[in-house]
Formats: sequence, structure tokens, C-alpha cells
Amino acid sequence: MNQMNTEGYTTADGRKIGGVLMEMKNITLRFGGVAAITDISFDIRQGEIRAIIGPNGAGKSSMLNVISGFYVPQEGEVWFKGYKRGPMKPYQVARLGIARTFQNIALFDGMSVLDNIMTGRLTMMKSGLLSQAIWWGSAQREETEHREKVEKIIDFLEIQDIRKTPVGRLPYGLKKRVELARALAAEPRLLLLDEPMAGMNVEEKEDMSRFILDVNDEFGTTIALIEHDMGVVMDLSDRVVVMDYGKKIGDGTPDEVRSNQAVIDAYLGVSHD
Amino acid sequence: MSDQLLYATEAALNGLMAGVMYSLVALGFVLIFKASGIFNYAQGVLALFAALTLVGFQTGQVPFSHLINAIFGTNIHDFGWQLPAIVAILLTGLVMIGLAVIIERYVLKHLVNQEPIILFMATIGLAYFLEGMGDLMWGSDIKKLDVGLPQGINETIDNVTFNAFGYGFFIDNLDIVATVVAALLVLSLTLFSQYTKYGRALRAVADDHQAALSVGISLRFIWVMVWSIAGIVALVAGIMWGAKSGVQFSLSLIALKALPVLMLGGFTSIPGAIVGGLIIGMGEKLFEFWIGPLIGGATENWFAYVLALLFLVFRPQGLFGEKIIERV
Repeated sequence: MNQMNTEGYTTADGRKIGGVLMEMKNITLRFGGVAAITDISFDIRQGEIRAIIGPNGAGKSSMLNVISGFYVPQEGEVWFKGYKRGPMKPYQVARLGIARTFQNIALFDGMSVLDNIMTGRLTMMKSGLLSQAIWWGSAQREETEHREKVEKIIDFLEIQDIRKTPVGRLPYGLKKRVELARALAAEPRLLLLDEPMAGMNVEEKEDMSRFILDVNDEFGTTIALIEHDMGVVMDLSDRVVVMDYGKKIGDGTPDEVRSNQAVIDAYLGVSHD
Repeated sequence: MSDQLLYATEAALNGLMAGVMYSLVALGFVLIFKASGIFNYAQGVLALFAALTLVGFQTGQVPFSHLINAIFGTNIHDFGWQLPAIVAILLTGLVMIGLAVIIERYVLKHLVNQEPIILFMATIGLAYFLEGMGDLMWGSDIKKLDVGLPQGINETIDNVTFNAFGYGFFIDNLDIVATVVAALLVLSLTLFSQYTKYGRALRAVADDHQAALSVGISLRFIWVMVWSIAGIVALVAGIMWGAKSGVQFSLSLIALKALPVLMLGGFTSIPGAIVGGLIIGMGEKLFEFWIGPLIGGATENWFAYVLALLFLVFRPQGLFGEKIIERV
């Protein structure tokens, strides 16, 4: 059953966007009697920057957790790379090539920046337990190989000088960058960013926006992000899904979404009479 | 050197070596606590079970022979063979790994995301279950464990010290072997956790479960791995203790001696387990040597706990443990 859509489109700035990489079909997620997501469908195309926005409690993070396998929806289907994805554990989803960052930063505080980023490559290391245990042959070669890739990412994100620093000692903005580096180290097909700009000052936000655009440009990584800051989202993304109270109220380019009456109401508030 | 000082030095050296034995048990606790936050009460019983199984394999004992004989009225006890020590040790290692798989599959898996106290209770249950299982499989008599480790006084040290000070130190060969083995064990565990992908995954799981999942680490695999390693460490401890004092069920109580070691060294630090063990071992012997006669002796029974208590008051995270700072 291959449902890969091969048609793409061209963005305003001339980037070619490919076929459908991920498709969410009629997703419903409930916690007990409370529906966090109700019947939402949308797709993410190869090479695009796709944003999911909405006011507080709209279900954005829940949606991201469904994509990354941390939540299993009660209804609906998740299609990835043209195949329907069965119920999976988060670590299995990660091995499919979906990497993520977290809203509240989930790094390994006791480990150095370098070690943290190296964990991102765990899924790609092939040498077996025995070779690893005696640290001989393939294990040793592999380590060097992966180390080189990681150094490239470190250069790319401009964090060379904190390479050996334990992550717990870093300021917030740098932690966010290290988390991005770890996700990138997995060479993901799809990169999920959960509020990458939350709690940052203007300068840090600009840096992060630049890195997101560069990652997409340089590695061709497909990116899905959740963000509060409307301004940032509109500048960054190619297409935007808008959620409110667990429902989809808009989907399209930033311009289309901006002029959508339902979206304006959700953000500015409207009197229900 | 005065006689007093010579005796004290000998006591201190013996204490250090006894401390290594405590460290071996404490090591198993630290490994599991670090990776999963579980205080594994069954660690001492794991050592007992490993030692029993080792002796059973070596002497060709039939497992569950009492049970079989009772049910079928047969009279079998031995297969009638003797396995070489190395083969028996390897087989026991495999049994410990198998045990880790079973523990994960039938106990831990069902208790994911439970409170630490629940998991602690589960390990108490596991301890009694394993103790009973060991009894049922191999019998409850005291067994002699002999895997060919050197025992008795080390003549060289005796001679050298006698010639130098006019007083020969009594150092047991077995203690020296235990020290070397413990050093090698710690070295290889450190290298494994620092430089291999599984070691890195292990540290990742110890640090943050959610983040570990997001980079594709299977928590269940890591838990099986950790319990396997703890089982092998228990095997080493079981061999050393068994060779020293015979394989008997009181072996599971040495786990209690590991508690003060952990409070001293910190529950999350491998070097802490070693240093803690050494301090307790040496402190015990020196205290008994100097203060013991003044207060009627038998201080070794309680010294370690009092020392641990002092640490709890003044440095609750232990010497090497991570200080927990809550932000408000």
C-alpha cells in the first residue's frame, strides 16, 4: 500500500517541496473523557517547514506527541513514508527517522555536550554488544566515523567552544541549541521541534530561526514545529496548521492563515452569543 | 616502628581488603540504582543465588533434587560429573543473564512508572523468592566453594615485613585476589560506560527517560542489560564471599553491610561504592583495634552504621553522590 503523493509545490522563495512525507488522518486523542485532539487531518511534505500553532491548550503539544509516538491516539491513522504506522513505542518511532526536541528541554544533564549529541547517533551505530563490550574492531571504527559527523553538526550550530561542558551548566538558550544538535545528529527524515523559541530573548530567537532555516536549507530536513510566537512562525514556515480547543480551524500558507476569520477569532477572542 | 603502629597498619591493610568485599556488593546496588532509580534489595540474594548455582554446576548437583525425590520417590542427587571451574562460572554467568531477562519480563515491565517505593517492595519480594528458589534448587546446606583461588597467608608479604620490621603481616591471598578482581571490574565498567554506545545509552537512561526514548533507546533493553551486569557483579561477589566463608544463606545478609557503604559513597557513584567500602572496611578494623578494647569490643557490628548515620546528618548525598538542588 503505497500512498506517497509525488506532486509537490514551489514556495514563494523558490524552494521545491516534494511529496507527502507524513500524513495524519482523522486523529482523535482522549485522556479519559477529555478530548485533547478531535478528528484532525493534515499532511507534512518532503522538505517543507510545517508549523502547528494555536492558543494555549489547543492540543499542539499533544499532536506532536502523537507524531513522535509518546501518545497513541484512540482513533485515526498515521502514515509515514507512504506506509501506515502501527502502534509504536517512542524509541521505535525515533528509529524510523523522526527526531524531536522538547518544550521543557530533555537533555542528559550529567553528560557533556559532545556525549549528548553522540547519543543522537545511537540508532545508527551497528556494531554488536560483543564488539562494543571488548571495544574492538567495528566498534572502534564506528565511534570515529560518528564522531566526525557530530563535529560537523557542532560546527554548524556554532557550539564548538562548549563541546566538553556538562550540559547542566549551560544557559537556557544554549541548551535549546544542544537539543537541536542532538536531534540533528540522528539525520532525521522528519524533525519535530516543540516550541523551539519558548522562553528566549529576541537575539536568541533570531539565532534559532536562522538555524532552523539553515538546517532545512543545508540538509533538506523536513521540519514540523510548534510555536506560540505568531510572528516567528509566519516568517519561518511554508504552511501552517491552526488548532483551537483540539480542532483544526485553519490550514494553509501563512498569508492564507492570517486572513482566515476563524483564526483571527481564536487568537483575538470573540464574543460567543 | 612501634609494635602498636605495626599492628595498626596490619589491621588497616586487612580492613582495606575487607572493604573491597563490601564494595563488590555495593557496586551491584549502584549500577541498578543509577540506571533505573530502583533500590534493589535483592542484590545480596543475587550474590547468594549465583554462588549456589556455581557450586551446583561445578559439583554436578541435580537441581530440585529434593523436590524430585519427594514427588517421585527416586533417590538422585548428582549427575556424577565435575565441571571445570571456568565452565561453571561461564554457565552461571549465562544463568544470571537469563535471570535478568526473566526479572524484566515478569516483574519490572509491569511496574513501569510506579513509585520507587513500589519497585523497592517488588525487589524485597524478589529477594525472598530467589532465596526460596535457591534453597529448592540446590539445598540449604553450607557448601564449599572452590574455583582454584589462592587462599591462606601470603608468604611473601609475611617474609618481607618480618625482615623489615621484625613482625610479619598476615594478609590473606584471597583478599589480594579480590582486590585485583574488584579493580579490574571497576575499570572495565568505567570504560564500558564511558566509551561504548551501550554505555552511553545506559548513562542516557540514567539521566532522563524521556530524552532517552526520543533518541531511540529501548528502556527495556537497557534494564535487561543493567540487571545482567548487576547479576555478573553479584556472581563475582558471590565467588569471593563464598570462597572466604563458604556458600551459606547468611550470605544474603552481607547486602545489609552494603547499605552504610552506599550512604557513605553515594547511591549513584561507582567510585563512591569503592571508596565507601574501603573507608568502612578500614574504619571498622582500626576502630576495633584502638577504641574496641576501651568499650568492650564487638564494635564491628555497629561501627559502619553509626558512621553512615553521621554522614546522613552532615552530608546526605554521600561523598560522591549528586547533590540534589530543588529550585523553588
